Amino acid sequence: MTDAGYVIAGYSIVFGSLTLYVVRMLLRGRSLSKQVPPEDRRWM
Amino acid sequence: MVPEHTGSRATRIVGLLTLIGLVSVLVLGLVVTAPDEIQGDAARLIYVHVPVAIVMNVGFFVTALGSAMWLWKKSRWWDTIAVASAEIGVVFTALALATGMVWGRPTWGVYWTWDARLTSTALLLLLYLGYLVVRRLPSDAEVRNRRSAFVALLAFVDVPIVYYSVSWWRSLHQTATLSINTHIHGLMLFTLMLSMVVFLLAYAWMLTHRFRLAWLEEETESQGLEVAISERRAEAGVS
Repeated sequence: MTDAGYVIAGYSIVFGSLTLYVVRMLLRGRSLSKQVPPEDRRWM
Repeated sequence: MVPEHTGSRATRIVGLLTLIGLVSVLVLGLVVTAPDEIQGDAARLIYVHVPVAIVMNVGFFVTALGSAMWLWKKSRWWDTIAVASAEIGVVFTALALATGMVWGRPTWGVYWTWDARLTSTALLLLLYLGYLVVRRLPSDAEVRNRRSAFVALLAFVDVPIVYYSVSWWRSLHQTATLSINTHIHGLMLFTLMLSMVVFLLAYAWMLTHRFRLAWLEEETESQGLEVAISERRAEAGVS
């Protein structure tokens, strides 16, 4: 593969960053859910 | 029983579809599709760069819509949608810039140039980072929502400028990737279209979770405020 370093870097940046962002968001969601009464977190 | 997380049955189904789609895009984009005749393998970056840029635009459109609707309806739901979508839009703008820079090096010979498309996109990132900062300024919820709604609507002016920058000014960046006379065909076109759908699905999944998280953040903030007020009242001896 030509320019393999650039291609792998591009894909790694996208998939790596999105994974970090999503994990952080889900963990924070779990943490805050415990602090809020059930009637205030009814998800449709 | 109400679950102690921001997921639901719908998000699990969408999340699973997104994961399957992302794996398919990885396999098609990195292994199955052929290299481009001119750009070689560097053209494989199109399967992430273009979908990321599309989500960026959709994200800021939803923020502008949510902000306009908040100004009209004064509904907490619309304000929460606006802020949730803005944060995702900022993440995708940073990714669009980063993947563009990585692609620019093998094709243009430089990571960065003060080209109209690149500069207007960098400005877009700064504008929406500013929006997120305005959201965090301490103030009454109504004042904060109104202030940030105006900032979001002003910042959105840059979105069409980014899109048309390649037509309005002489630019190193190519014009629209997909148009009526598109030069992409066959498996390359299929992979690009699939990637766009999958990234939009990922956006919908993230928006749902981020919306619920923003809702929880506001709930805990108001709980904290109520506790602080009752503590002050107790200190002052006010019942």
